Amino acid sequence: MSREQELLIIPKTYKNYVGGAFPRTESGRYYKLNSVDGKHLANVCLSTRKDIRNAVQVARKAQASWQNRTAYNQGQIIYRIAEILSGRRHQFEAELESLGYSKEVAQLELESAIDLIVYFAGWTDKVQQVFGAVNPVASHHFNFSRQEAVGVVGMLAPEAPALLGALAMLLPNMVAGNSSIIIASEKLALPLCTFAEVLETSDVPAGVVNILTGKKEELVGHFVSHMDVDALIADPTLSFELRKELEVGSTSNLKRLHFWATGCTVDEIHSTGKSVIENMAKSAKDPYRILDVQEVKTTWHPISE
Amino acid sequence: MGKRKDGPISVSKLFFKRLVRTINIIMSQKKSDSSTMPIHWEYAHAPESTDHVQYEMQYGLFIDGAFSDYDPSKSFDSVNPATGELLYQCTQADEKDVDTAVKAARKAYEEHWGSIKGSIRGKYLYRIARMLQERAREFAVLESLDGGKPIRESRDIDIPLAAAYFFYYAGWADKLAYAFPAKKVTPLGVCGQIIPWNFPLLMLAWKIAPALACGNTVVLKPAETTSLTALKFCELLQDIGLPNGVVNLITGPGQTGEYLVNHDGIDKIAFTGSTGVGKKIQQSIAGRNIKSTLELGGKGAYIIFEDASLNEAVEGIVNAIFFNQGHVCCAGSRLLVQEGVADRVIELLKQRMATLIVGDPLDKNTDVGAINSQNQLNTIQRYVDIGLEEGAECFQCEGNIPSSGFYFRPTLLTNVSQSSKVVQEEIFGPVLTVQTFRTTQEAIDKANNTPYGLANGIWTDKGSKIFHVGSQLRSGVVWSNTYNKFDPTSPFGGYKESGKGREGGVQGLAPYVHLESNVEAEI
Amino acid sequence: MILDRIPIDAIGVQERVDRICSRSIKKESKLQALDLALRMMDLTTLEGSDSAGKVRQLCNKAMHPYTELPNIPSVAAVCVYPNRVKLAKEILKDSAINVASVATAFPSGMSSLEIKLDDVRYAVQEGADEIDMVISRGAFLSGDYALVYDEIAQIKEACAHAHLKVILETGELGSLEHVRMASDLAMEAGADFIKTSTGKIQPAATMPVVLVMLQAIRDFHHKTGKTIGMKPAGGIRTSKQAIQYLVMVKEILGEKWLTPDLFRFGASSLANDVLMQWVKEKTGRYQSLNYFSND
Repeated sequence: MSREQELLIIPKTYKNYVGGAFPRTESGRYYKLNSVDGKHLANVCLSTRKDIRNAVQVARKAQASWQNRTAYNQGQIIYRIAEILSGRRHQFEAELESLGYSKEVAQLELESAIDLIVYFAGWTDKVQQVFGAVNPVASHHFNFSRQEAVGVVGMLAPEAPALLGALAMLLPNMVAGNSSIIIASEKLALPLCTFAEVLETSDVPAGVVNILTGKKEELVGHFVSHMDVDALIADPTLSFELRKELEVGSTSNLKRLHFWATGCTVDEIHSTGKSVIENMAKSAKDPYRILDVQEVKTTWHPISE
Repeated sequence: MGKRKDGPISVSKLFFKRLVRTINIIMSQKKSDSSTMPIHWEYAHAPESTDHVQYEMQYGLFIDGAFSDYDPSKSFDSVNPATGELLYQCTQADEKDVDTAVKAARKAYEEHWGSIKGSIRGKYLYRIARMLQERAREFAVLESLDGGKPIRESRDIDIPLAAAYFFYYAGWADKLAYAFPAKKVTPLGVCGQIIPWNFPLLMLAWKIAPALACGNTVVLKPAETTSLTALKFCELLQDIGLPNGVVNLITGPGQTGEYLVNHDGIDKIAFTGSTGVGKKIQQSIAGRNIKSTLELGGKGAYIIFEDASLNEAVEGIVNAIFFNQGHVCCAGSRLLVQEGVADRVIELLKQRMATLIVGDPLDKNTDVGAINSQNQLNTIQRYVDIGLEEGAECFQCEGNIPSSGFYFRPTLLTNVSQSSKVVQEEIFGPVLTVQTFRTTQEAIDKANNTPYGLANGIWTDKGSKIFHVGSQLRSGVVWSNTYNKFDPTSPFGGYKESGKGREGGVQGLAPYVHLESNVEAEI
Repeated sequence: MILDRIPIDAIGVQERVDRICSRSIKKESKLQALDLALRMMDLTTLEGSDSAGKVRQLCNKAMHPYTELPNIPSVAAVCVYPNRVKLAKEILKDSAINVASVATAFPSGMSSLEIKLDDVRYAVQEGADEIDMVISRGAFLSGDYALVYDEIAQIKEACAHAHLKVILETGELGSLEHVRMASDLAMEAGADFIKTSTGKIQPAATMPVVLVMLQAIRDFHHKTGKTIGMKPAGGIRTSKQAIQYLVMVKEILGEKWLTPDLFRFGASSLANDVLMQWVKEKTGRYQSLNYFSND
């Protein structure tokens, strides 16, 4: 393509997604992302502590009303994401290809992502039935345990797969009733930024999912020290140093910390993308992850005339 | 008074009759002689017999199925908090002892316990439950002697419940596949467990029963001041023939616990105690691939709405804060009472408190026993002093308390606010703060305004309000129209800084197993 | 007046009861309690077959419960049907023992107010010191509280000098809330005592019911300053039960109520059990009913 032809295609500006809006990072800092053939693709926000602060604020505000929606309504909202993503899948596939995915792997990832959304949409009104309990206590009391949202959850998406890895973290949290703040893959940030547009045009209430871009090693410390974050999710492929920082730092307010195997390296996508994504798609369908980001609340009440 | 005026009953036409009656009463003053004078009646001392209870004056450690010799060079004393006198001496496990214990547990796990059939593990646990029931009275007396809790509680609550936990988890040992649908369940390995002094044997049961049911082996450290029932429990394990090394007991102070936490041979730490220590433990295991469950502090709100059954609500307060001298992590230590009934509730509470008997833990009539240690007594006194400095008003039970030993009168602190230290921090004693509220939302906000989230109580006669308030409270347990109830089938554990993980119920198995996907079918 | 519906949680009530029952009353405090229980007793016979001879025996038992031991107190009252009042009064005339009479178409109360009033006036004329009336449970359960109130108030007038105990027949009221409401109603209408049962219906006195009634008395005292008495009746057969009730009175109402003026047991077989326990405490030997008169 000639330079003139390229300019006819309007390039997209990629920004954070916070509280249903698309703000730039407060810091004004950015990093450059290039396509596999070396051309400049986008300037991506290098988020900072303040961006996390803002995201936590809106996430906290959105959480209670998300949790209090009926399970049926939550299920429909999540399903609606799949509908919209499905309609725009070719855009995502092209974006993945520009980042070096083969066509086949890009299509597989989109197919798996849409599948995963549908899968979790079906869990919203089944979690209590499968994992809740009425407990036969040895006294005249009715006693039941139900699953409840843990609250505001921070996530460090794996480096790859770009979209599926992030969804494997986000979806159990949405079903759990949490609001999420997720740091996108650094090298493959763009698809998740574009996914924010899907969320924005779907019925997901503002603030329930928030997406930031930036460097994990810069942001982990701000996540773990924030006293209004209730849980953190990361991928075990994270470096040992960062994992340890998460484990030590999350004790500040006893954040629930879980490492979910949701991803792989960017190189693996290029070399064995198909089998990696097939495996990821399968292991992501684990409803026990919903329990990881929920609390069990047990209620007692006397039974009498 | 709390009025539900949904059915006012008018009998006004007969109002004047009351006047007639009053005149009648005046006219019919009855003859009175000495035989109709009210009597002063106090309950005589009713001590539980200690004749049948035996314990050693000195104990070693219980490792690999045998007691080591008591080591005077590493000795520490345990006193009877009711008198302050020496009860027995224990051996403080050092780093080497802890290592020996962990290795014994590892060996037992790998060679036997981790791979035997669940039904066999279950049978051992059933046997433990039965044996505890048979020896219940003995364990109850020892628990009261060692920890200071009233015999009424150790007899009616601690020991029977401990047996019930073993009985419950015994049944899970061969049914784990049903607890975790679509998962392959395997044990974790060696579990380090550290328990507190407020419910020594019960906490031991909460820890050991699920761990063993799932196929793990255990190294357990009881609290420094309350090792006795744990040591006796090990004697019981010898009697039932539990394989060597499956349960190992290391006595000692916090230092011993640190050795255990820092040992490389453990796969899991389960801890019940303060939030401060819990965070420290969590930091110590960072980066070591060790699972953990934590049951930590609390500052439970006890919310009384104006439509509540006030008499039962007042009795509930007694269970909530004066149970076990208030040494209860889930104690309802913050009373939130709706303004319309606040005066009457406080009045009724004071009347009820006047009937509480503080004293000898072994007296069957004692309601509030001895504070567990001089240290804890000092802590409680310090908090009450701080409360008074902050402007609180203090009401305490009257009546005699023993002159020696560690005792603290049940105490109410009124005129306090959210910002008061005594409202924010866990006192872990028989001290209740009293605040009022006007609306349901205010009650919810005040209840949740704490870093803790272990338990809360709601008192109202209105079912829909219970579900509404209950769903808004951020705590692992919600007691509605009751308080401080425990059951092996009922998961217990905290939100926020009150801990993580659950103990009890099917949920209480999860912290002791490793799960792998077992879904073969197309999904 | 407005009658409050006081919410009551039956499980919570049972827990308080259990705690009261866990009090261990031994040695001198037990002797004290046995003495008090005897002095609080309304020795009762309410059979269609009550003859003059039966009433005579009962009165003798009331005056001399156990002749083997000195200092055994006599009971508070004997409780008989109206047509036995005169005889009982005559036998007991030199004692401090009261004569109580059931009245008001006892035990069902299923008659006209006029007949009930006549029944009361007759018993009082015959010399009754205390009248044990029954409330109209049918009216109460159908919500006609005014009728119940009216009856009690008028019967209170008919009692003149005699003390009025109002039997709620709690075994027919269906719930603790009803027990509480009936207690409040009876006290408002003029009861000197409130009483659980006729003894003709099961369950009669139970610990939860008595607890709720004592709380009603306490709250009435709080509200009006008036001191109302309490009488559990029916089903109280052992000293242990009696002592548990005394513990309940002490802990709910306070020691002020530990007097026959304000607390009575309506019972027949209880007396001998109290006596046996008494003798056992004094002698250390377990006793046999063969040694106690079964009047």
